[in-house]
Amino acid sequence: MGWLGRDVISVLDFSREDLEALFSEADRARRGELAGALEGYIVALAFFEPSTRTRMSFESAAKRLGAETIGFTSEEATSVAKGESLHDTVKMLDSYADAIVIRHRFEGAATYAAEVAEHPVINGGDGRSRHPTQAFLDLYTVRDLFGSPEGLVYTILGDLRYARTAASLMEALTIYRPRKLYLVSPQLLRPRREHLDLLERSGVPFEVLGDVEEVIGETDVLYVVRVQKERFPDPQEYERVKGSYRVTPELLEKAKPTLKVLHPLPRVDEIDPRVDSTPHAAYFHQASLGVPLRMALLKLILKG
Amino acid sequence: MAEGSGSKLLVSKIREGTVIDHIPAGRALVVLRLLNPPGDARVAIVMNAESRKLGRKDIVKVEGVILSPEQTAAVALVAPKATINIIRDYVVVEKRKASPPTVVEGILRCTNPTCITRKPGEPVKPRFKLVKEEPVTLQCTYCGTIITQEEVVNQLYG
Repeated sequence: MGWLGRDVISVLDFSREDLEALFSEADRARRGELAGALEGYIVALAFFEPSTRTRMSFESAAKRLGAETIGFTSEEATSVAKGESLHDTVKMLDSYADAIVIRHRFEGAATYAAEVAEHPVINGGDGRSRHPTQAFLDLYTVRDLFGSPEGLVYTILGDLRYARTAASLMEALTIYRPRKLYLVSPQLLRPRREHLDLLERSGVPFEVLGDVEEVIGETDVLYVVRVQKERFPDPQEYERVKGSYRVTPELLEKAKPTLKVLHPLPRVDEIDPRVDSTPHAAYFHQASLGVPLRMALLKLILKG
Repeated sequence: MAEGSGSKLLVSKIREGTVIDHIPAGRALVVLRLLNPPGDARVAIVMNAESRKLGRKDIVKVEGVILSPEQTAAVALVAPKATINIIRDYVVVEKRKASPPTVVEGILRCTNPTCITRKPGEPVKPRFKLVKEEPVTLQCTYCGTIITQEEVVNQLYG
């Protein structure tokens, strides 16, 4: 189907061929072949919610492509603080820019923005729902480390209930054929029903469990997410689960030497800093690929 | 109209209106609420009648109300096996099979409090796609939340 002019709302809107095309384009970006490709374009970065990596990597990506960026980094700095609807803000941005990257705390905000805007909308994270560009980056990182995202054993550890990065990765893995997917979390943070339904329908072999030690020995990719404090409706629930899992060098002693630890970052305390210096740590490498991956995405959407 | 053993429950025929049969037992009042008949309409409700198809079933008869296609779709959300008979001049002129709509717009609200459709002041209507017919299971087009049959019934009754 190609990427030109498309909205990027959910990973599930894309085929394996689409993803392969994106990854090849990201390889080109890393070789410096996309420099200046979007000269004369303007990308709006509408971040209604705080962001460091996603916003800055989109900004850096746009600039490396030669495009200009406009936007804001919090609701306080906009008319939203005066009560403007998302509808009206998006309408305005649509007339100022060639594409809109949006992050919002309400789930479905990007879907709605895409209905309102004529220009392509890229979901930079909507509440606890989705974060497709992070999932593209995760798969691209795995491809970079293992040659292909296929045929591997994945363990996603942490807040599987509220972390949109975990949600989007589960969705993304239905496009490939993982050998096995382990979903490890405290009872309170088990995956939401829509994701378990999706995994069942897609035929990905998966298992939900509570202790990562049981599966660490067969895992190729350990994907860790933090407890999403800001999404808990009840702060007491957060207190009950915070700090309930932690990846340490001692845990990784039981792992295959080739196991890689990924994390969308920021981390709080779920990965011991001592892991950083082990050959398993791949999360900073993962973060560094964010710029070329997002360069590829912007370029494919705006110019094909 | 009640099928079954021994004593029969008699409800007089209606001249013009709608008879909805094969409603799952206990849901007649939800169906009636969806039909929203005018205050002076003659209404007959049969609950827990015996049925070969459902074991027990409810039936709703409403005089003076001819179901619109939208209402028929809404009824199908709570009574997916219902038969809808349109009566004119004491005769069934049309028999419709309930069939849940593939897209539901406006009737229900998303159960997720942080769905964009729940954001105050946002001009967006809730919209769901049908992911399963029996039992009816819907998914919010915006945030992906699954709405079960039970939640649908609760909302339409509440």
